[in-house]
Amino acid sequence: MTSKITAKPATIETTLNEAGRLAALQEMRRDPRVWVLGEDVARGGLWGQYKGFLEEFGPERVVSTPISESTIMGAGLGAALVGTRPIIEMRIFDFVMCAMDELVNQIAKIRYMFGGQARPAVVVRMPHGMWRNSAAQHSQMLESWFVHLPGVIVVAPSSVEDEAGLLVSAIRSDDPVLFFDPKDLWPATGTMTAGEIAPIPFGRARTLREGRDLTIVTWSAIVPKVIEAGVTLAQSGVDAEILDLRTLWPWDEAAVLASVRKTKRLLVVHEAVEVGGFGAEIVARVIDQLGPANILVAKRLGAPRLPIPFSPALENQIRVTTDKIVAAAKAAVMG
Amino acid sequence: MAKSARPKPTGKPEPATPAATGGHNLARLHDLYRTMVRIRAFEEAALDAHKAGDIPGPLHVSIGQEGVAAGVCVNLSREDRITSNHRGHGHALAKGAGADRMFLELFGREGGYCGGKGGSMHIADFSVGMLGANGVVSGGIPIAVGAAQGLKLLRSKAIAVCFFGDGATNRGPFLEGLNWAALYNLPVLFVCEDNGVAAFTATQTVTAGPGVMARAASLGVPGLSIDGNDVLAVDAATADLLAAIRAGGGPRILHAKTYRWTGHTSTDAAAWRDPQDVAAGKANCPIARLAAVLAERGAKDLTAIAAAATTEMASHRAAAKAAPWPQPSTAFDDVQDVGAVRFS
Repeated sequence: MTSKITAKPATIETTLNEAGRLAALQEMRRDPRVWVLGEDVARGGLWGQYKGFLEEFGPERVVSTPISESTIMGAGLGAALVGTRPIIEMRIFDFVMCAMDELVNQIAKIRYMFGGQARPAVVVRMPHGMWRNSAAQHSQMLESWFVHLPGVIVVAPSSVEDEAGLLVSAIRSDDPVLFFDPKDLWPATGTMTAGEIAPIPFGRARTLREGRDLTIVTWSAIVPKVIEAGVTLAQSGVDAEILDLRTLWPWDEAAVLASVRKTKRLLVVHEAVEVGGFGAEIVARVIDQLGPANILVAKRLGAPRLPIPFSPALENQIRVTTDKIVAAAKAAVMG
Repeated sequence: MAKSARPKPTGKPEPATPAATGGHNLARLHDLYRTMVRIRAFEEAALDAHKAGDIPGPLHVSIGQEGVAAGVCVNLSREDRITSNHRGHGHALAKGAGADRMFLELFGREGGYCGGKGGSMHIADFSVGMLGANGVVSGGIPIAVGAAQGLKLLRSKAIAVCFFGDGATNRGPFLEGLNWAALYNLPVLFVCEDNGVAAFTATQTVTAGPGVMARAASLGVPGLSIDGNDVLAVDAATADLLAAIRAGGGPRILHAKTYRWTGHTSTDAAAWRDPQDVAAGKANCPIARLAAVLAERGAKDLTAIAAAATTEMASHRAAAKAAPWPQPSTAFDDVQDVGAVRFS
């Protein structure tokens, strides 16, 4: 019998923002066709996620642009059509509304509409979510809109490791990838493998906690609160299984079904408005696939159907908090 | 009495710019003529097929505007890229797309350029540098600008040309795209095909200020404004502008004034138009004007060229009508590699 000693791979402790920076840096070094365009990217980007790029790659590959969202998006597409691989930086998700034709009518459609002639290999980075009293036009989470849009991949990581590995996959993807950076988690720390960042495949959930009583499905900036809620719930005798979807299209239906088969209870938690949110799709699919007789509870928890208000007193009122998650989970389990 | 701005129908077409013809050899004149009559024959056959119920959906034809597509594209190589608009059959044909596959696409049949997924408004042929027509007014502007930026990044010698109408100059991407192209000194030619109408509305009734060239100049994009129904003037102006662009001079704009003979779509009989305008527009036919020049130069084969184009398009039309419909399962192809839904 032979014994094998496997060395644990070296890890580094870093922030989610830096993890994204390292991933983009690695891919720009690896492939000269990769470049980034967006407002202020040459000075490192609004969030510092491209710090040092201008110095290393020069102004042709690190292009600070005018505040011209339509053309940032559309030029990224045009450049992809001639064989480059642009990272289209939207600065803050909410500004993508100024580039909806280019994203929805052009990027998402062009391969299909032209019978497969076009390969729009772009990554659109859109830091999203509630972020320190930034009010209605700088805090939205509309990811469900884009899951509804055929032709794109939708990615919404929540951890250091996933930000890096999924961004590597996004940059290497020949499909257009909408990459929702969780901007409230930019400073969140975590560990990732040192050295080469390996791509993380799309469509695979990560199980953050195993449990018997209830399956909580979640993603993006609210994940740390769900983890916290899981600890509190355990103290109250509720054993929650927590799945971070990580990508919303494709999403890991198999993992969710396997978990709900075991727990018989489903709670989807998202920061976005509950009405018409992606949680509704997950609940519907699970009921459809498992059959209503095999499920005890299938619920959603999201924000009320309101714009995000400015004042901390108001913002905290509508925010999905750890307490609300705990309460919803207890209600799901205890009735 | 002030001279009327509206050209009067004279019954006799005014020839193309005589000065410009000096620089053109007879073979090039023939090429331009052939391209224009092929576009005309294609669209007449398509309109007729639409009327017969063989082409589903709307059809936007460019009859009367052929001089712009022909005069610009004769100056392009296969590697140069173009983006087009919803009235783009002429651009595609002039760039070298096959009329056979275009007809199949218009009919929604197997073998069409987009496998029947695009139709008239979305013809593309990437193999000849035709990056696609577009169903959204000004939609091709940011794409062309980005194509030029990508080509520059890849150190390619190719350039990009962007065809859009006068209606597009009132949309944001026009301002953004020209500013952007000038800012990064990109190799792109903007071609404003000014037929005077934005869908059903006279553009000048909805446009403030002195017009497209002033707007372009204010964004640092110089260019030429010419008679777009004079194909030789289009050819000569394009050659000048492209020489500047290819020499690294940055973007240029060609403003080509022309006239759309038809309504907005195939179902619009254009009864709303001033008949005098229509008569004047038709009298100023770009094909007839070049024919006059060619006749002066002793060309005798014009009728044969036109007849060949008509025969060619009739045959593509018949072939398209006889072609099979696409397999229903292909509706599920070419959405995306990862996360594609399966045929069921």
